[in-house]
Amino acid sequence: MNGGVETALVIGATSDIGRAIAHALAEDGCALQLAARDPARLERETRDLRVRTGVAVTAHRCDVLDEDGGVSLLDTLDPLPDVAVCVVGRLGDQAESQRDIVAAERVMRTNYVGPALLMGALAERFERRGGGVLVGVSSVAGERGRASNYVYGSAKAGFTAFLSGLRSRLAASGAHVVTVKPGFVRTRMTDGMDLPARLTATPEEVAAAVVAAIHRPRDVIYVRRVWRPIMFVLRAVPERVFKRMSRL
Amino acid sequence: MMLAGWGRYPALDCRLERLRRREDLSGLLHRGTTLIARGNGRSYGDAALNPELTLSMLAMDRMRAFDAGTGRLDCEAGVLLADLLETFAPRGWFPPVVPGTRLVTVGGMIAADVHGKNHHRDGTFGAHVESLTLAGADGAIRECSRAENADLFRATLGGMGLTGVILSARFRLRPVETAFVMAETLVARDLDETMALFEASRDWPHSVAWLDCLARGAGLGRAVMTRGAFMERGALPPGLASNPLRLAPAGKLRVPADAPSALLNRVSIGLFNALCYRRGRARARAGARPVHFDRFFFPLDRIEAWNRLYGRRGFVQYQCVLPKGESEAGVAALLERVAASGQGSFLAVLKLFGPAGEGLMSFPMEGYTLALDFPVRSGTAALLDGLDDITHRHGGRVYLAKDARCAPERVREGYPRLGAFEAVRAEAAGALPRFASALSQRLAL
Repeated sequence: MNGGVETALVIGATSDIGRAIAHALAEDGCALQLAARDPARLERETRDLRVRTGVAVTAHRCDVLDEDGGVSLLDTLDPLPDVAVCVVGRLGDQAESQRDIVAAERVMRTNYVGPALLMGALAERFERRGGGVLVGVSSVAGERGRASNYVYGSAKAGFTAFLSGLRSRLAASGAHVVTVKPGFVRTRMTDGMDLPARLTATPEEVAAAVVAAIHRPRDVIYVRRVWRPIMFVLRAVPERVFKRMSRL
Repeated sequence: MMLAGWGRYPALDCRLERLRRREDLSGLLHRGTTLIARGNGRSYGDAALNPELTLSMLAMDRMRAFDAGTGRLDCEAGVLLADLLETFAPRGWFPPVVPGTRLVTVGGMIAADVHGKNHHRDGTFGAHVESLTLAGADGAIRECSRAENADLFRATLGGMGLTGVILSARFRLRPVETAFVMAETLVARDLDETMALFEASRDWPHSVAWLDCLARGAGLGRAVMTRGAFMERGALPPGLASNPLRLAPAGKLRVPADAPSALLNRVSIGLFNALCYRRGRARARAGARPVHFDRFFFPLDRIEAWNRLYGRRGFVQYQCVLPKGESEAGVAALLERVAASGQGSFLAVLKLFGPAGEGLMSFPMEGYTLALDFPVRSGTAALLDGLDDITHRHGGRVYLAKDARCAPERVREGYPRLGAFEAVRAEAAGALPRFASALSQRLAL
C-alpha cells in the first residue's frame, strides 16, 4: 500500500507544509518521526496526528540553528527512516536582511546551511544502507536572484544546488533525492500577502505532490505545472534586462 | 473584509484575523478592541461578526487526545464536525448530538449549544461537553466544567461566544455499529396529526418533520415526518454489511452563482412544497429503509453553497420555540401568518424538543420548534416582526444562532436567565464587555 515506505521523518513538521506532508504520509499508513524547533508546537502536532490517524508518531527536537546544525537529531532516530523530508525554511524580511547582517545570516543558515548539512548527514546513512528517499523543499525563489527577496532566494539556490549534487552522488547507491519547488503556497509564511490564485497552491497540494514523488521517484518537481514555463522564461531573461525588472 | 453569516445578511466590513496558537491570543486582547470568535460561519445572522476584530478559529483545529475505551475526545475548538466524522465514524464512533450541517466547528456547536434530531432524548451538544477551556478578557485560560468555574461553564453553553474564546473541549463520542440509520417516513395530514406523530415517536432517537407551509385550511400543518435510529450490524442488508462503517461518497452538487431573487417565488415554492409532500407519501408507503448518516443528518450539505439560492440579498432564517402547552395554537398561528403573507418559506422544519438544559442562554425548551427560511425582500421585516409577536404571545423565543433582526426586548423577554448570564459575563469580563458581536450590540447584551 505504501510502496515499502514504513517510516518517514519530517523536519520542520510544525510548518503548514510540514504538517500537511505528515498527514498525507500518515494516510498512507507510514509511521512518523516529526522534528521541529519548538517542543510545545511539536507536541501539539504529534498528538493531533496520533489521534487522527492512529499511526505511530515520535517527536524529535531539532533546530538547524543549533551549533551542530541539528545533526544530532539523527542519533535519536530509531529506526533510520525510509524517507526524510526537509521543510525547514524562513522567508525573513528582505529589507531587514539588507540592513542587518544578523537577520541575513539567520535567513541564510535556516534556508541553506542547516537543511544542507542535515540532508548531507542523512545521505551518508542512506548511502550506507543502500536506499531511501530524501526530499528537500526548496523554492522557485532560488532560480534567480531578485531584488525583492535575494537573501532568501540565494540561500534556496544554494540548497537547490546542494540537492542536485547530492542526487548525482547517490545515483548509483539506490538512494534518491527529490527537489521540490512549490511556488507560492498559502501558509503562515505568506499570511496577508496578496498572491495570484492560479499560482498559489495549498499545503495539501504540496503534500500530495511530495507523496507522489516519493512513490514514483522524480528529480525536481514544481507543485503547480504552470510554474515550469514561468521559471523557464524567468531564467532566460538576459541579466541586463532582468536587473531593471527591480520590482519583481 | 466583507463578512456575513450563512444567511449572507447582514454583511459587515470586519477585520478578520486567524488565531493560530493559543499563545497569540494575549497579544490580540491587548489591542483593547472588542472581539468575537468565529468558527466556520454557519450561524445565519450576525452572531459571528465584529467589525473591530473577528477572530477565525479555523486554524485551531488540532485533536488533543482520544480514549478508545470510553470514546472521550479532547480537541481544539476549530475542529470541524466534518473532520470529526471522517476521523471517527469509520472507527465506530459518532458525536452524541449533530446539527443539520457537518460544516460547523466544535466551538461553534458549544457557543450556539446546538441541538439535533435527538434533542427530545439527548438534549443539546452542550449537555455532553464534560469540560472546556475558555480564554477570558484578562488573557487567563480557564478550565470550565460542572465542577470548576461552573457558572462560567453554564454561561458559555449557548453563550454565543460572549463569555470568551472557547479554545478546546472534551466530550464523549458514542459507539455505533454501523454508519446507517433505519429511517422511516410518515405523512401527517394536518398539524394535529403531525404533533401526534411526534408524541408517538418519543422512543425513536431521531425525529424531525418537514412542513408544507403553503397548505392552509384543513391541511394547515400537513407534514412529512422522518424518524430514525442507528442500525446494528446484524440488521444491515447484505449489500451494506461488507463495509458497515463506510463514509458516504463525496460527490456533491454546487450552486455556482447567486440565483436571481425571482427564482424563489410563490409558484416555485408551492411546486417544491407539493413535490416534497408527494415524495414523502411515496416514501411512507415504501416503509423503513437504511439511510447513510450523512444523508439522514446532513441532507443540505450535499448542495454546496445552497445559500446562494436565495439571491444576492441573502435570506433570514426564523427559528423559534414555543412551550409545549402553547405549541399547537402558536405553531398554527405562525403558519397562518406565513401563508397569509404569501411569502412561502422554502424550508419549514418542525421538531419536538425535550426539556431545557443547563446553558443559561441555550435556545431549546420543552415544546415545538419551528424553522422557516425567507429571502430578504421588502415586506420580510414586517412579516418577521409579526412572527415575533406571535412567538412572544405564546411565551416562546427565537434562536440567536439564526437571528439577524430581532428586537432587544423580545430577546430579553424570551430568555429568562439572561440576567444570570449577564452577571456571569460581567464578572468574567470586568467592566468592559470585551467579547462582543454585531448580534450582542444589536440586542444590547
